[in-house]
Amino acid sequence: MAQQLAIETSGLTKRFGDQKAVNSISLEVPSGSVFGFLGPNGSGKTTTIRMLLGLAEATEGEIKLLGTEIPKDLEKALPRVGALVEGPAFYPFMSGRNNLLRIDAADRFSDSSTRIERVESALDRVGLHNAGNKKVHAYSLGMKQRLGLANALLKPRDILVLDEPTNGLDPQGTREVRNLIRSLSAEGITIFLSSHLLSEIEMLCSHVAVMNAGKIVAQGLIEDLRNEEPTRLILRTDDVDLAVETLKSAGIGKAKILGDQITCEVDPALDVASLNAKLVRKKVSVKEIRLQRSSLEEKYVKLTGEGFEVVR
Amino acid sequence: MFAKALGIRLFLSELKVMFTRRRTWAMLAAIALIPILLAVAVALSSERLAPGEGPPFLAQVTQNGLFTGFTAMLLALPLFLPLTVSVVAGDTIAGEAGLGTLRYLLISPVGRVRLLVMKYLASLVFILAGTFTLMIAGAAIGAILFPVGPVTLLSGFTISIFEAFGRMALVALYTTVSLSGMAAVGLFISTLTTVPVGAMTATLVTSGVSNILGNIPQLEWMHSWLFTYYWLDFADLLRAPIEWGSMLNNIVLQLGWIAVFGALAYGRFTTKDILS
Repeated sequence: MAQQLAIETSGLTKRFGDQKAVNSISLEVPSGSVFGFLGPNGSGKTTTIRMLLGLAEATEGEIKLLGTEIPKDLEKALPRVGALVEGPAFYPFMSGRNNLLRIDAADRFSDSSTRIERVESALDRVGLHNAGNKKVHAYSLGMKQRLGLANALLKPRDILVLDEPTNGLDPQGTREVRNLIRSLSAEGITIFLSSHLLSEIEMLCSHVAVMNAGKIVAQGLIEDLRNEEPTRLILRTDDVDLAVETLKSAGIGKAKILGDQITCEVDPALDVASLNAKLVRKKVSVKEIRLQRSSLEEKYVKLTGEGFEVVR
Repeated sequence: MFAKALGIRLFLSELKVMFTRRRTWAMLAAIALIPILLAVAVALSSERLAPGEGPPFLAQVTQNGLFTGFTAMLLALPLFLPLTVSVVAGDTIAGEAGLGTLRYLLISPVGRVRLLVMKYLASLVFILAGTFTLMIAGAAIGAILFPVGPVTLLSGFTISIFEAFGRMALVALYTTVSLSGMAAVGLFISTLTTVPVGAMTATLVTSGVSNILGNIPQLEWMHSWLFTYYWLDFADLLRAPIEWGSMLNNIVLQLGWIAVFGALAYGRFTTKDILS
């Protein structure tokens, strides 16, 4: 066996009427990875998560979560899974602390003798210790989001499934959640992170899968995916012709010229400093020279389309 | 370990959620108001009803305050108690789905069957609380406004005050049994939707329909199958000796409704995709 998989699906399909919300996807989430799950609104991410957690039944296909079959052995897997699905949800008329006590009491595998302790440490971990006695209807969206994370952390978990965990959080909260995810990942917990925020995914994730219209259009190491897009050299100069000639002699061709800016695709390992020296020697007046690394966003847009309109 | 297997903690947590809600207390307060309004109205009016006029037992209220609870039960049974039952039973699953807490309960994991059973038992506890609230409030206001003494039963037999309290408790239990079938119907309806108000209304409609069907003589063949059929027969508990027949028939009938709608709720809820 090559690598342990925390989540593995094959041919996973969910049909609503005649529409396939999820169309035969095969996810492979390595154990210990921080796995980014990307896709536009309506691409089937949440439906997939619902099937992974046994909330919805798959029309076709198989799911293995932490090595157990879903939905057959759902109750074996779930106690090891912490989840935040489609936003937090709590009883507004109860305090944050009582909400956590309630959910933990519902878990038939949780130990009631350590319940209070675990709830307190979960509240501490998300910075809600002081607001624990406030009723949830008085919470801001960010506080509810934190409480949702606390709920996912009530017990030691092997995997966390987090759907938009920083939704509604202020910049400080976003940073804290990011740090929290990093520290959890350092503990060896697999993180399955669904998000629209590409910057967040880029900062946190080792692996990604991109969904579009119910299908996985790309999956793998984030570096590999990013490197599928070319690195570009950007050069601004008033001596455009001379510069293009010099670049050609350095083996860099296919220059696109726009005003005083030259753009060309180059090897990511290009030595910009020595190229610059060469240009200067040829008396090209260089106003700006830099490499533009390929971004995940570029790849993402290429995979999922430019359009703002929801696909379906 | 034993408590865990039986789900006692989940049950207690269920009750905690229910009795943390102001709505629950408001409904109990409204139930308590029924005998209070009734007693105050009777006490303030100078007219004395002739025996047999007005609702049954009403004439006795002025002579013995302990009858207030029984009279109030007669007034509350057709509409008000079913209303509170439909609020609680209709909310069981749909309420959690509407809040979104259902998905977190299920992935905790609570176990779908276990949740369904606990929800039903908790709604029975509410009905019990409601019927006892009504009887206790009735006895209390009756004792304040009217003379209290040994109670003369429908059969002319007289029982002591203590025994009268026993009969009150029996009537409250009887009514709880009466409403248990309707609670099962509400539980099933609650698994059909994520809009709790819809489930509550639909549940209330079923008791209304049942009451109407029970009043159409041409449909007499079906009357004894309606869950409302024995509702007002708690008066049989006010005879000496007690006539247990209607109590037994009522229990059997309600168990039938619980079995059918419990099974439907089970079938629906255990296979349902939770998309809320």
